[in-house]
Amino acid sequence: MDRVTAEDMLMFVNAAITSSGQREFHSAAQHQRLSLDFLHEYMIGNYRDLYAAALALDINDHNATLIAYRLLATSGDTDLEQRRLEGRLIGKRLRLVAPQRVYGLFRRLRRSRVNNRRTRAIIRDWLASRPDPAFDAVKYRTTLKQAVRHAHLTPAGEELGPFLFAGRTRYDTPILESWRRAHYEHAAIYDLPYTVAEGFAAKHKIDRATFLERIAPRMTRVERLRLQESASRNDVEVAADLSAMPLTRLASYVLSLPLSVRAQRRDELTGALRAAASRTSGRWGRVVAVLDDSFSASGSGQKRRRPLAVALACHYLFEALADRYVPLWTSGRTDALMTYPFGVTPLGERILDALEHRPDRLVIVSDGWDNAPDGLAAEVLRVWRARLDPRHEVGIVHLNPEYDADTFDVKRLGHVPTVGVRDAEDVPALVEFARFTEGRTGLAELRAHFDDRIARFLEG
Amino acid sequence: MGGFDLTGLSVRPSQVWGGVRLVPLVRAEPIRTLRLHAEVYRSFGVVDVDHRTTYLSYIPHGFVATWTRDGTPAAAYGTEIAETPSSCMPLRFHRRMARRTDKNRLRFLPMHLAMEGYLALHFGGPRIVWEEWSQRAVRHGLSPRVEQAYTGAAVDGLADALRIFEIHPGQCGVLVYVADALAAAFVVPHPDDYRALHPTLIQDLYGELVYHYATFSSPVPQFRVQLDDTSITTLADLRAEATKQQLAWPDFHDSAMASGLLDATYDVRRVYRMGDYTLARFLPGFRLKQENHIGELITDRRGRTAYLKTFRLSENQIRRGHLLTQLAGHDWHLRDTAAALGVTEAQLGLRIESAGFGALLREDVLARYRASQRTPQSR
Repeated sequence: MDRVTAEDMLMFVNAAITSSGQREFHSAAQHQRLSLDFLHEYMIGNYRDLYAAALALDINDHNATLIAYRLLATSGDTDLEQRRLEGRLIGKRLRLVAPQRVYGLFRRLRRSRVNNRRTRAIIRDWLASRPDPAFDAVKYRTTLKQAVRHAHLTPAGEELGPFLFAGRTRYDTPILESWRRAHYEHAAIYDLPYTVAEGFAAKHKIDRATFLERIAPRMTRVERLRLQESASRNDVEVAADLSAMPLTRLASYVLSLPLSVRAQRRDELTGALRAAASRTSGRWGRVVAVLDDSFSASGSGQKRRRPLAVALACHYLFEALADRYVPLWTSGRTDALMTYPFGVTPLGERILDALEHRPDRLVIVSDGWDNAPDGLAAEVLRVWRARLDPRHEVGIVHLNPEYDADTFDVKRLGHVPTVGVRDAEDVPALVEFARFTEGRTGLAELRAHFDDRIARFLEG
Repeated sequence: MGGFDLTGLSVRPSQVWGGVRLVPLVRAEPIRTLRLHAEVYRSFGVVDVDHRTTYLSYIPHGFVATWTRDGTPAAAYGTEIAETPSSCMPLRFHRRMARRTDKNRLRFLPMHLAMEGYLALHFGGPRIVWEEWSQRAVRHGLSPRVEQAYTGAAVDGLADALRIFEIHPGQCGVLVYVADALAAAFVVPHPDDYRALHPTLIQDLYGELVYHYATFSSPVPQFRVQLDDTSITTLADLRAEATKQQLAWPDFHDSAMASGLLDATYDVRRVYRMGDYTLARFLPGFRLKQENHIGELITDRRGRTAYLKTFRLSENQIRRGHLLTQLAGHDWHLRDTAAALGVTEAQLGLRIESAGFGALLREDVLARYRASQRTPQSR
């Protein structure tokens, strides 16, 4: 029974790291969401404490809000002590989640009429922790208004209440005043956040090029990255600062560029990727990585080239972590920066090549659809473990960026420890965590690990 | 009569999605002097086969073959996917099935060439006016002759299987299995052509058998590699064992899975000669309760296949083909044919009727056949 619990929990963690309810290469969005909903329902029904504990792990924002929602909606099912712990975990976690997702969660709570005392307290505390309430009131106006109304709160400060509910002819807070003036004055638009300003620009029929040029300083980092291309079509330069970008996002950006541009900007892009990778600390010894750049790494229309971006980010991360590093792409190409999804997945052959290097650590980054031929990778790894390396001198880990909706888990390669991966930055922690997935650790050890993670999470 | 020569093409591990299995065929040395590309029509087309015969069908695309005579590489000429956003289906008129559009360029309608070959099978009707045949059969032959097929989009799971299929480097062809029955074979001269034409598989025609197999089949098993680890002591052994296992699949495939297509003999008819290459269509022997494929192929001077496209006939279509061949083989004489088939004349007459050719027999003859087959109890 304990074994089953441990396996279920690891399955759920893998799902919660990888799946975002969006379309994947092998399955549609609806399929992903259905599978994920079932998994959440199953977990909260059977292991509520472990389900809540997942909030302390490196799961993605989508699943964090789903867990929070389910815990808040079913408060009555558990005792006071557990509720208190859940409350702290949710409160802490929501501060790390992107604000639009938290507002989305509040909206969902309101729509399904979840309005217990704990929910109201969590909304209150989260809103109190926001650095600039006036900014939120402008950027997330409707959802904030609904959240305030739903949780029976009085908005902070004197002006927010009238701003949200009544309207005034004059505000002292600059951003509220700009918002009021933006209804009829062009210049005031450019003091507002980009998403809000865009609406006003459409209303005033402002020329796109002029608008982009003047709003550029108000854009967030990601907006800047996203709008670079469309701005350059309007002859406006929106400079994105690549140096502060997280590694995986940067890899996604690099892969979105055409090959000719990548070749031109090779030094700049490589430099940025290396700088982002060097922010992660650790030392790994001799590392060989098998990286999947087959056609299936192209992801889907919603997650464009995501699996490949993770592999590319991992490539630069291992380069920074390892003393000696050998990358092996499944296509056989060697230039990481010029990679693109192409061809089949001969994982088995690449793993054989990798084992010839006799590394300390072999990391496989792949969606696990080994098809040339099917199942060779798993067999090679099995024989390697059984006959050639029974003492586990080579640490092997499989990192999988794609959630397989049919099996409620990431696709595995034989009995090698497999963990889901979302951002390459989390890889050192995931590799540590991977030892649990080998199927040899018991529930007690896993619980101890979770308790430790919860304690560190709530402290830090 | 003859089979076809697939030398130079080797089988690679299959990729499975649900009930559909796609087996890639890889060419070690691509053919550079013949190239294919698709013209998108996506419309109903009226094709003039000759000055008396026309042919109406949904035609999703045509293929254009470009070749050179002096051995220099040919270029695939402007492959384009043009959408027609109109709400009504356009009607196109095609002159001839295969038509030269330029000095070294031939436009042909893929699959329709083969299909027309099947439809036109003994199309002329009885050659000797035996008394049982109706006036209509004597005057108009089998006209109008109709067959049905499904587009790939209607075949359950095929669209997804083609979408997630990972194309091998050097791949020049594919064998499509539905519920592990060979549904279609597709071979092109060059890997770039394959990459461009891979999506056209979804617009191709598939028989009723394939459609039903796809609808009712459960997922087919993947052939997973199994290594024998008893004698492995070094990494080199492991590699050798892995290589050995990889050879097991092509052997199994050619002998067990594709034998229905590869080992059969075909009646190959030449349609067009283009430089060193010959465009031909072929008909099977119409063996009952076995695999029967019709198709078209382009072969080079030495008979090696440069282009191949096949269509698997469904059981009813095989029966019709078989019946027509038998009738033609016995000069459309009913009693002789019946004797050859081991049935009575009346049974053969009813069989002709149930195959959809009832209009060929005189009404009173048919009535006599029916009466003679009726049992005394049912009167």
